[in-house]
Amino acid sequence: MGELQVEKHVKYILAVEKRKDNFESVVMEHLRLNGAYWGLTTLDILGKLDAVDQDEVISWVMQCQHEDGGFGGNIGHDPHMLYTLSAIQVLALFDKLHVLDVDKVSSYIAGLQNEDGSFPGDMWGEVDTRFSYIAICSLALLRQLNKIDVGKAVKYIVSCKNVDGGFGCTPGAESHAGQIFCCVGALAITGSLHHVDKDLLGWWLCERQVKSGGLNGRPEKLPDVCYSWWVLSSLIMIDRVHWIDKEKLAKFILDCQDTEKGGISDRPDDAVDVFHTYFGVAGLSLLEYSGLKPIDPAYALPVSVVNKVILPCRP
Amino acid sequence: MHGRPRKAPTLEEQEAFSVKASKLRSLQSQFLQFHHAKIYTKEALDVSAKLLESNPEYYTAWNYRKLAVQHNLNLPEVENNEETVKSILDEELRLVENALRRNFKSYGAWHHRKWVLSKGHSSTDKELLLLGKFQKADSRNFHAWNYRRFVTTLKNIPNEKELEYTTDMIYDNFSNYSAWHNRSVLLSHLLKEKAKGYSPKDNVFTEEYEFVRHALFTDPDDQSGWFYHLWLLDQTVKLETLLVSSWPPHGCNLSLSTDGSFGDCSLSPFTSLQTNTRTLPLILYFSEAVENICSSTVVIECENIASNELVWRSLSGDGAGSAQAWLTYLNFPEEHAHSEKAYQVKVSLAHSRGIFSSTGVHHGDSSHIEFSVSVPPHRSEHVDLNNEGKISWSDESFCTHDTQFLESALINLFHLERTKIDETVVDYQWNITTINNEISHYRELLSTMNCKIGKLTLARLLIAHDTLMSYTGTSHRNVSHHAEVLQLYDDLKKMDPAHLHYYQDEYSIVLLKQTISNQELLLKHCRKYRDPSSPRINNFCLRLNNLSLSRIGSMEQLLWVQVLDLSHNQLKTLEGLEVMQLLSCLNVSYNKLCSFTALEPLKLLRSLKVLDISYNEIGAHSIDTRRYLCSSPLNHRSGGDWKTEESEIHCVEVADNWEAYAIFKDLNLIQLDLKGNAVSDEKIQSLLIKLLPSLKWLDGESCR
Repeated sequence: MGELQVEKHVKYILAVEKRKDNFESVVMEHLRLNGAYWGLTTLDILGKLDAVDQDEVISWVMQCQHEDGGFGGNIGHDPHMLYTLSAIQVLALFDKLHVLDVDKVSSYIAGLQNEDGSFPGDMWGEVDTRFSYIAICSLALLRQLNKIDVGKAVKYIVSCKNVDGGFGCTPGAESHAGQIFCCVGALAITGSLHHVDKDLLGWWLCERQVKSGGLNGRPEKLPDVCYSWWVLSSLIMIDRVHWIDKEKLAKFILDCQDTEKGGISDRPDDAVDVFHTYFGVAGLSLLEYSGLKPIDPAYALPVSVVNKVILPCRP
Repeated sequence: MHGRPRKAPTLEEQEAFSVKASKLRSLQSQFLQFHHAKIYTKEALDVSAKLLESNPEYYTAWNYRKLAVQHNLNLPEVENNEETVKSILDEELRLVENALRRNFKSYGAWHHRKWVLSKGHSSTDKELLLLGKFQKADSRNFHAWNYRRFVTTLKNIPNEKELEYTTDMIYDNFSNYSAWHNRSVLLSHLLKEKAKGYSPKDNVFTEEYEFVRHALFTDPDDQSGWFYHLWLLDQTVKLETLLVSSWPPHGCNLSLSTDGSFGDCSLSPFTSLQTNTRTLPLILYFSEAVENICSSTVVIECENIASNELVWRSLSGDGAGSAQAWLTYLNFPEEHAHSEKAYQVKVSLAHSRGIFSSTGVHHGDSSHIEFSVSVPPHRSEHVDLNNEGKISWSDESFCTHDTQFLESALINLFHLERTKIDETVVDYQWNITTINNEISHYRELLSTMNCKIGKLTLARLLIAHDTLMSYTGTSHRNVSHHAEVLQLYDDLKKMDPAHLHYYQDEYSIVLLKQTISNQELLLKHCRKYRDPSSPRINNFCLRLNNLSLSRIGSMEQLLWVQVLDLSHNQLKTLEGLEVMQLLSCLNVSYNKLCSFTALEPLKLLRSLKVLDISYNEIGAHSIDTRRYLCSSPLNHRSGGDWKTEESEIHCVEVADNWEAYAIFKDLNLIQLDLKGNAVSDEKIQSLLIKLLPSLKWLDGESCR
């Protein structure tokens, strides 16, 4: 097992951020704001956030905002919850939430809540518990949760709970680790984790660990580094993370590094990308890998950032 | 990139990529121009279609298609022309189909299809055919399954029919978790609706057990049926909510003593309670979490006590409105008489008065408990705590009780409390037979094959069996399977070391149950505290130290405990202790508590005076696994307006140590031991002294 290649990963992320011409960056153009969040959070966990020009980033982020308050995935792209959360998270990383018109952004999010408590991703009505998480996480970071009906939002999430203890994207939909993160995260932030059967869900989640040490996202699926985040953060929020073999998981993540050029892939020897680099590094942070800043399992931001935003009485 | 091998591209590949990239880029910029200019001509639509066919994740283009459809449907020549409307929408369906062929997992494409279908102009017949093809190609695709549920709802296809589809899918290949999942959803609906042939569930379940057994026995390592079986088992055991225990227990004769001294004589915690007010905590413990315990659902008959004025609170670590244990206080008024007065108390849970369990099952039980309390005539003088000595947890401070006394003391636990408190007679015969049947099948499996799920399932079945037997009220202790279950978990720890701590946690719960439900075993853990300098603790101590416990359970049988030693175990959590409302002294030193937030359950213990948390791992971890399981500014139920009232404590001090603040501000400790933790330093000590005005001893030193 190798060590974490901090320098190489930093170099890799900075290079990806600059390249706009190759095929990958063209295909990913529409979600560049997500990419910025993945890359910048990784840099922060690695202690290298100062390697980027924050004014440039913030000015670009703000250009992705629309009249209605929502953010698009890139300049000129339609507003959507997915990118609105990333924008808020990126600004939080730089301690620059004050550049936002908080009322406008939070009204955009709150305005999307449906009568049954659920949230669509945008005006086109695709309902999914991913968007419940986004709404709750965003509004909590903006300290505007009072703008929505939290009780109803929680009730909707609970209606997506399955008999295996997990959660799906809508009522009746199959449990999936990514979706479980969203639902458990939203319940954590709203102080509603008593709705989770922690032992049942904990067993389902800990059985995601396969022989190689990696985690899959559903039974009988292949392991993937991104589940190091979705599964691990959920296990931490419900205090059952000791039910997996953490050392084996750390080894699996480290085995997925491109030790030459930097970056982390989904499985060993696959092509790397920023998404998996973020989830790999964030997963190692949750595993208390030495030298990494701790990350908060619910807000998916460094603990220091969350504490600064949320805890009262900071001078 | 998901599933793409990591290799440097060849020159030709690089060139091909570069051509593709520039083509895509030009499509994208053309598209954005049309979109921003709101142009919906054929040419513009073609560009968006090409773009989506090569990159279905380009969400803005799906939005554009919807705008274009709306625009075109509103054109005067289209309105009311059903054929043109259909052809516009069919074009969208065709595009989605092409996009899905490129990327079967595109959220945007699937949603676009739903959006088109919801317009109500397209035939839904084609959809199931198309799904049939897609689901054959990828039987686990959750988008397809979601879409299937959407279409079947739209077409009003009955649940029974869809259940057959899952049967076919499973027969085709039992290793299909998605199909098992959908089966659980459909069956839950059918059972809930009491559909014809699905009520009572007995016959259905017998078949389901057989069906999933085939899957499990074919390949025990395949997880597809594991969780389905566990669900069936849970449904077989969870019948109705029962009142399982209480404090004071049914039939007990308790006397309150208010003179502040126990002297040197041994007093059973079942016959005497020390209190310096004339207040008695009353705790009800249910078989599962319940809601709506209040003065209108619980009736208390007792002279001088107004039942309808009692306030009940849930005893759950996270302060939720639903909990297994509920608490109220009975206040006995002062009397002018000079002698003790005995009160008879009757507590009844009135039938169908609206107690709900977390699973929505009505509380169908009309239990009652009765006990008597002798109360001294006067409130005692306030006892000066400054005269108190330190409590020492060393082995020398404890001695064994005399056996005869112990047996008479514990008689309440093993006999009186075991009186049948449930008056309804429920027939558990089918459930017990079913479980017994499953037990023999799994024993058979294990006789031919040593497999993890076989052992784990057998362990769960045996526990389920014991639970059911305890509900029937028959004396089950003689036939309990604790030893066998412990052996199974021991085997599992060796077989599957990656999940060692899961099995260890389960093991601990069973070990504790075994210890507590057996009089002889329990006697070995009861000790007498004999330090005469501390007269104010009940000297009846339960010592569960050095047992390698990683978790605690069986709390319903431990409501009586006042002095508890859990030191030298492996505890990471104190979940469960919140119900021990009589607890005054607790030793959890030498465990694995990782943070102050792990002490959250103690916040509800009003009577806790002495706490030893020394030699744990508080402050030694960068990730706090209890961070979201306690009330804090981070979760917004209690969050927002979390302010410090004490002016002497500086805000920054609180923000830096919010975990300590959140826990200790509600405690009334006299003695605290914290040494041997990473967090223990002068700063935290000075904060604790400020937070705990009643604290006298900190880490063995007098701090006032």
